[in-house]
Amino acid sequence: MSGQILAIALTISKIFLTLAMAAAASRILRGPRAQDRVIGMDTLYVNAMLLLLVFGIGSGTTLYFEVALAIGLLGFVATVAMAKFLMRGEVIE
Amino acid sequence: MSTIENLPLWAAILISALLVIGSSLALIGSIGLLRFKTFYERVHAPPLGTTMGLFTILAASMFYFSLAQTRPVVHEILIGIFVTTTTPITFMFLVQATLYRDRFEGSDPLAGLSVEQPQVKTPHDP
Repeated sequence: MSGQILAIALTISKIFLTLAMAAAASRILRGPRAQDRVIGMDTLYVNAMLLLLVFGIGSGTTLYFEVALAIGLLGFVATVAMAKFLMRGEVIE
Repeated sequence: MSTIENLPLWAAILISALLVIGSSLALIGSIGLLRFKTFYERVHAPPLGTTMGLFTILAASMFYFSLAQTRPVVHEILIGIFVTTTTPITFMFLVQATLYRDRFEGSDPLAGLSVEQPQVKTPHDP
């Protein structure tokens, strides 16, 4: 019983997060200017991180947690580098 | 490592509710990113998923692994700390860059902003 409830919730949660990733990817494709694409990429990787955490609950291993941590750290660096590039034209001056 | 089947019922309901609430918030944030008209409105939508959505899914993960391994598992707090400290910095840099680019192209969204008329004129997309 409790396993069924959890399995249904995990499936709903995976579907919602996949739709959220699709919305962010659509903003990357449609975004009229560069900063819209950057914020779409930021949302895309945060949603991917949440999806990996949900996969980790579903599979019962803590391996997915480490992948989510790496995505969280590297995505921050990527977005800040993009913002610096939009501001200055180069990343490291 | 216990399996998914022998969780108590209240724990399964709690974890399921936290998961569905968190993923719904992330979905609402992403739909807002898709539907708002200008960039300065769009930048407000995704933090719905990166704050409350992230916290509820992290809480579900912490509850699940603490019950499954019968010991407190709190290493998910690391992701919470990193993401909540880095998201405002990221968006602040991005809005600064956008403001700079808009001013460089001659459409200042803050031009004419005064106390009597505190309405930000956001330039619409071409």
